[in-house]
Amino acid sequence: MNFNITQEQQQFADALRRWVDKDYSFEHRNKIIHSEQGVSGEAWATLVELGMTALPVPEEQGGFNGSAIDMMVVMQELGRGLVVEPYFATVLGAQFLKLAGGQEALLEQVAGGELKLAAALGEKQSRYEMFDIATTAKKNGDGYVLNGTKTVVIHGGQADKLIVSARTGSGQRDTSGISLFVVPADAAGVSRRDYRTIDGQRAADITFSNVQMPASALLGKEGAGWDILEAATDYGATLLCAEAVGAMEALNAATLEYLKTRQQFGVPIGKFQALQHRMAEMFMQMEQARSMATLAAVKVASSDPEERRRTVSAAKARIGQAAKYVGQQAVQLHGGMGVTNELPAAHHFKRLTMIDVTLGDTDYHLARFAAQPGFKKSA
Amino acid sequence: MDLNYTADDLAFRDSVRAFLDASLPKDLQDKVLNHKRLSKEDIVRWHKIVAKQGWVGTGWPVEHGGTGWSPVQRHIWEEECARAGTPPILPFGVNMVAPVIMAFGNEAQKRHYLPRILSCEDWWCQGYSEPGSGSDLASLKTRAERQGDHYIVNGQKTWTTLAQHADMIFCLVRTDPNARKQEGISFLLIDMKTPGITVRPIIMLDEDHEVNEVFFDNVKVPVQNLIGEENKGWTYAKYLLGHERTNIAAVGRAKRELLFLKRVANEQRKNGKPLLEDPVFASKVASLEIEIMALEMTVLRVLSLESAKRGPGPEASMLKVKGTEVQQMLTELMVEAVGPYALPFDATYLEGEREHSIAQDDDAAPLAPYYFNYRKTSIYGGSNEIQKNIITQMILGL
Ligand SMILES: Cc1cc2nc3c(=O)[nH]c(=O)nc-3n(C[C@H](O)[C@H](O)[C@H](O)COP(=O)(O)OP(=O)(O)OC[C@H]3O[C@@H](n4cnc5c(N)ncnc54)[C@H](O)[C@@H]3O)c2cc1C
Repeated sequence: MNFNITQEQQQFADALRRWVDKDYSFEHRNKIIHSEQGVSGEAWATLVELGMTALPVPEEQGGFNGSAIDMMVVMQELGRGLVVEPYFATVLGAQFLKLAGGQEALLEQVAGGELKLAAALGEKQSRYEMFDIATTAKKNGDGYVLNGTKTVVIHGGQADKLIVSARTGSGQRDTSGISLFVVPADAAGVSRRDYRTIDGQRAADITFSNVQMPASALLGKEGAGWDILEAATDYGATLLCAEAVGAMEALNAATLEYLKTRQQFGVPIGKFQALQHRMAEMFMQMEQARSMATLAAVKVASSDPEERRRTVSAAKARIGQAAKYVGQQAVQLHGGMGVTNELPAAHHFKRLTMIDVTLGDTDYHLARFAAQPGFKKSA
Repeated sequence: MDLNYTADDLAFRDSVRAFLDASLPKDLQDKVLNHKRLSKEDIVRWHKIVAKQGWVGTGWPVEHGGTGWSPVQRHIWEEECARAGTPPILPFGVNMVAPVIMAFGNEAQKRHYLPRILSCEDWWCQGYSEPGSGSDLASLKTRAERQGDHYIVNGQKTWTTLAQHADMIFCLVRTDPNARKQEGISFLLIDMKTPGITVRPIIMLDEDHEVNEVFFDNVKVPVQNLIGEENKGWTYAKYLLGHERTNIAAVGRAKRELLFLKRVANEQRKNGKPLLEDPVFASKVASLEIEIMALEMTVLRVLSLESAKRGPGPEASMLKVKGTEVQQMLTELMVEAVGPYALPFDATYLEGEREHSIAQDDDAAPLAPYYFNYRKTSIYGGSNEIQKNIITQMILGL
């Protein structure tokens, strides 16, 4: 067994950390968040230059064919640095393209940083059940016509192209009859309402009214989109787990530092046992979370879908619990400072809270874990 | 034992309900029930309506213009206000500085300040905490040096709630730097318009401007603004801390928010069914509801002790800890209930500048900010850790 990361992975991590420290300071990030765009072209260019967009793309399309473990290393750093650029959304979109196959040209553009993607999956009624789709794609000659509204599409307003799930058959809550499409964000009939999210990112509600799509917009086979959708969102959940671990690391480090320096009653508050035990628990929560994020990164590529679902859900659920504990305690131990918008710690807390409600919260993944056929096996 | 209100209590409740039905403006109620932000004007407007009715000083004796209500009547009033969704009556004047002025102020101070507090002519804020003195309040450093008939005040207060609107601040200041920590502190009333005072905003997690830093640079305060005796301020501060507690647990609001949570959870779908029918979520809401029931009974038991004329005690600490836990659990479940729809952030909607939220769901829009903001409740007013220290020392004798 080998838990070490490779030299190359370490180099990616170091490069990212140097960039965040030097050019993506907390103050700079705040400016980006409050800018019109909410993201930074300059920061994107640097991510591209550092090879981040090429990392997950296959070598044939100009990428490094990076594994989920490679991506874990990257996402941890982005979580630590509170990076708000549309990287996760693009990589998630690219995973759909990889799984569907036949999308070489687009993947090349992703690798080169010319194409930003977003996955438009959720709808008002769907919550975390991505098969609950009311959006329709009706056959129209050679192509399709798309109608429906997608909600809280992460970085949907910044994407050049959208991966859209739509119904080509079956009932609204069936896993059959789902098809996936690549739709240019500026296609006629696409309207986007872009907004800031509470954790400083961007999302959009997107409406498709009679959007005409050619046959080539279809990803994979018609009606068979669910397997891709589920596998791709599992991959996305795995990336979020890694990001959460990075955020927890930063939060724990900041809290520990605060306990050592903040003086009340003539001593550093870290001398109070009531706080020491909580700091110890925060540390253990983070380590359990790291273990699960690692496990998910290894297993998300499993050829056995049940094993993939089981481990990804276990990780997302466990990390949701850890993130809540670490986030809430970090705020409490910081006292008044913890509830101001002035500290990075407060923003790590907000990000962690929102990671839990993205791509399935703790309860959702606990239930999904327990619903796998293997769970019911007994001696 | 009888857990029911008496006929008199019920009649009182009906009169409160009738007043609220007739007097609570719809637009204010709408803001409160929909978790939107209240402006200074909103709060002053409601205060003046209640003042006209003569019901602001619910804990005050009649001679000072108070209602002279019993603890149970006060409880009913607070519960009915919460149920109806009224803006708050801010505690800083009515429940904090006023009792101190009544107990330790001189006649001139009583005559001048108390009526103005009732009518909301003065907006008060509380200047206790300092950057280096939070939980360890007695370590405060802001200096007040006597020069003839003035004090010259220098130093910094922080976390001062709504000081941006305030006319007056009541401060703890150090008047004897050589005495023991608690013994060189005085209680001073300061006009916020005095030259040398600067207020700087602190923005909270939900991006609202709620607290401030207040700087004092050679601020001249007349000696007649001293409460009681010089260097006795700590005694008055302790009196104040133990004084207001009936509404500390905010059970009425918790009950209203529980109903809101259930409504949202009925509208949200999980597995194609209302979320509230999901056994996992239902069990969490049930646990919370039971906790609120227990808290309400505990509050009523503490109240009945108070009616039996036992002075304020460390039970207030218990109500604070359990009350804030309930409030925080409520906001946590609200975020869980709306799931991904907690993400969109729309300050213009919260400020009432826009009728509908930019994203799909108006109910969901304020809930994440609410959750983040409410992390403060276990920190301010003496953190929950400090409350537990009080319980272990004063009740358990550890
Ligand atoms: C929203 C808000 C509004 C406020 N409004 C006002 C106001 O209007 N006027 C005013 O004067 N103040 C106000 N305060 C200040 C508030 O009273 C202080 O924040 C509070 O007393 C805690 O102090 P601190 O923030 O310095 O935290 P610290 O005292 O530094 O505490 C940090 C952490 O250490 C813990 N801790 C400290 N000592 C001990 C101990 N002995 N044992 C165990 N744990 C301990 C605390 O519980 C906390 O978790 C407000 C604060 C907030 C957040």
